[in-house]
Amino acid sequence: MSEKHTISVLVENHFGVLARVSGLISARAFNIDSLSVSTTEDPTTSRMTIVVDADAVKLEQVKRQLGRLIDVIDVQELREGEYIDRELLLARVNANGATKAQLEQIAKQFGGRIAHATAESVVMEASGDTKTLDRLVEQLRQHQITKLVRTGRVALER
Amino acid sequence: MPAKLKGAQILVECLQREGVDTAFGIPGGVNLPTFDALYQSKIKVILTVHEQGAAHMADGYARATGRVGVCLATSGPGATNLVTGIATAYMDSIPVVAITGQVRTSVIGNDAFQEVDTVGITRPITKHSYLVKDPRDMARVVREAFHIASTGRPGPVLIDVPVDATVSEAEFLYPEQIHIRGYRLQTAPELDMAQVMQAAEAIARSRKPVLYVGAGVIHAGAAAELAELAHRAHIPVTTSLLGLGSFPETDPLSLGMLGMHGFEYTNYAVAQCDLLIGIGARFDDRVTGKPDEFARHAKKIHIDVDPSSINKTVLVDYPVIGDVKQVLRALNAQAKPLDTADWLRTIREMRVKYPLMYREKQKLLPQYIIQQISEATHGNAIIATGVGQHQMWAAQFYQFNRPRSLITSGGLGTMGFGLPAAIGAQFGRPNDVVWDIDGDGSFQMTAQELATAAEHHLPVKVAIMNNQHHGMVRQWQDLFYEGRHAQSRLNPVDFVKLAQANGCVGIRVERKEDVHSAIEQAMHTTQQPTVIEFVVEEAENCWPMIAPGKPHDQMLGTHDVLEQDGGVPQHRRAEPDEESKLSLG
Repeated sequence: MSEKHTISVLVENHFGVLARVSGLISARAFNIDSLSVSTTEDPTTSRMTIVVDADAVKLEQVKRQLGRLIDVIDVQELREGEYIDRELLLARVNANGATKAQLEQIAKQFGGRIAHATAESVVMEASGDTKTLDRLVEQLRQHQITKLVRTGRVALER
Repeated sequence: MPAKLKGAQILVECLQREGVDTAFGIPGGVNLPTFDALYQSKIKVILTVHEQGAAHMADGYARATGRVGVCLATSGPGATNLVTGIATAYMDSIPVVAITGQVRTSVIGNDAFQEVDTVGITRPITKHSYLVKDPRDMARVVREAFHIASTGRPGPVLIDVPVDATVSEAEFLYPEQIHIRGYRLQTAPELDMAQVMQAAEAIARSRKPVLYVGAGVIHAGAAAELAELAHRAHIPVTTSLLGLGSFPETDPLSLGMLGMHGFEYTNYAVAQCDLLIGIGARFDDRVTGKPDEFARHAKKIHIDVDPSSINKTVLVDYPVIGDVKQVLRALNAQAKPLDTADWLRTIREMRVKYPLMYREKQKLLPQYIIQQISEATHGNAIIATGVGQHQMWAAQFYQFNRPRSLITSGGLGTMGFGLPAAIGAQFGRPNDVVWDIDGDGSFQMTAQELATAAEHHLPVKVAIMNNQHHGMVRQWQDLFYEGRHAQSRLNPVDFVKLAQANGCVGIRVERKEDVHSAIEQAMHTTQQPTVIEFVVEEAENCWPMIAPGKPHDQMLGTHDVLEQDGGVPQHRRAEPDEESKLSLG
């Protein structure tokens, strides 16, 4: 049965590694829901947080095959409830004088803020786990979102 | 202060330090500096006709010697011509280092002349790959590439070298140590003794065990350890196609090959066993048939150096991750004689009851020819093959007795592999007898390499089973497509003239009584390649066969069917073994 899995992959920080990792996953016809990558406390390594849709047996296979890549140092699956995850959202939403206050209220409620504002729109910034941000997006839709970007998940075990 | 050398000189110096004495390739625009440096070195560079030939020769050299094979090509089309050969080596875990030229760093990505993204194209078919943009990285990269190619589960590694990195200079510092932090455990996985003990206990409990052995035993150089386990515990041994040679087929405990075109009794034995011990084998679909019905009564042990092989197609009960040789030694320390007398008797009865069979036809039969080659070489030749019916017949009718004696494309199934692989093998083992048992379809895909063999006076012997068809395709069309022979009939070629045009001895054989003398003539031709075109029966099918996706006890072309057709049993030769009282009749 297909379900969402979060894997955390520690890799060498040099060119071509992202292509190797994403190529390996896509060659097995898994859909990558999100992938985020950045350097770690050690500048020679990067950490990728990958959310994939896959059944458990196939995922086990992919984890082992990722481990086989020379540039991959460590592969870890983060299991539900055992990790903290966050992503960052930026959304441009139509706004006028009347609705701006409502949007500010929503931002406050989700621990976000208005990062930029013009006469016609605001850019809202918020971070949180995926489900929280999904709820935020639902609320923002009522104000018409003109552009939405999300970083995808980063996660750290508890 | 260390000497300054050009990148190409560093590359060649490092190849020599890796012990490379032979490499295969073709020069071109951007790898001229590399070839120029090689020209001034002690390394013998074999010019091939086509880069695919170079890749297969490096592969054949590696399979025959156990050392890393090296091939070289220029950028663009040179590199893409290597691709089939690299993929072939990857699928069969063969240590090859491919060195490709690349356009200069400053124009990479500009669609420069003869530019392709070689690293990108080969990413899914290499164990690892490098783009060397700076000559200061050259020595480390070459050192790592050979280390990665030849350790753990071996495989091809590609080094793509932009021309500027070969002509500019750097200080030459040879890295004595290798540090690849993502690779340490793959080279030598730590043996989990609990896993070994569980496997040993499962073996001790078994009454109907079968060892199922793949090429991993050959790669690990563990044939002696395998034989010790089989003999000490009285366990019969079947091998995959690539595992042939890891256990002598004349041994009374040998079951030969299993799987799609494996022996009937062998597949029955696998279907009936209570414990299947997979060693260095990957439960390939050509072996398992329908995976969830494969050896369905058996508990399964799987010993492999590559954790990603475990539970890939067949779920196993006792995985053991580790170097096969090390694991076998640990198991041998525990192994005691099992009470398998009843089981071995059952197998012996099945072996006599369900032998390989064929019925004589008007024309020559490939099976007979291969039997004759097997006799003439006492099972001690190196046999390369193409892919198709002749490959399966070679696996069935040649009796392989030594590791590294069958050189065949198992995983990728690359037609055209046979001749260049045989050439590579002959370069690696000049004192051995090397045959390429080929089909007319496979052979023609790389036949131009006859010129390479002739130029170097290699006594490679090519036996073409000319049935004027892509025979296996024709067989499937007859079985599954109501006999519609869509594009499976080949255009006629005069192979004797083709041989002679390339400086080889050419012989055509059409009658059974001429087979032996032609083989003898080839065996006595030591300064030139010999091509024997055997004009064989067109409609002959390769039996037995498990249709794709079917279980092992539902085979086509079984003994009883062939017997009704007038088939004659073809028993194999076995060394007498008083202890186990197994006789192949």
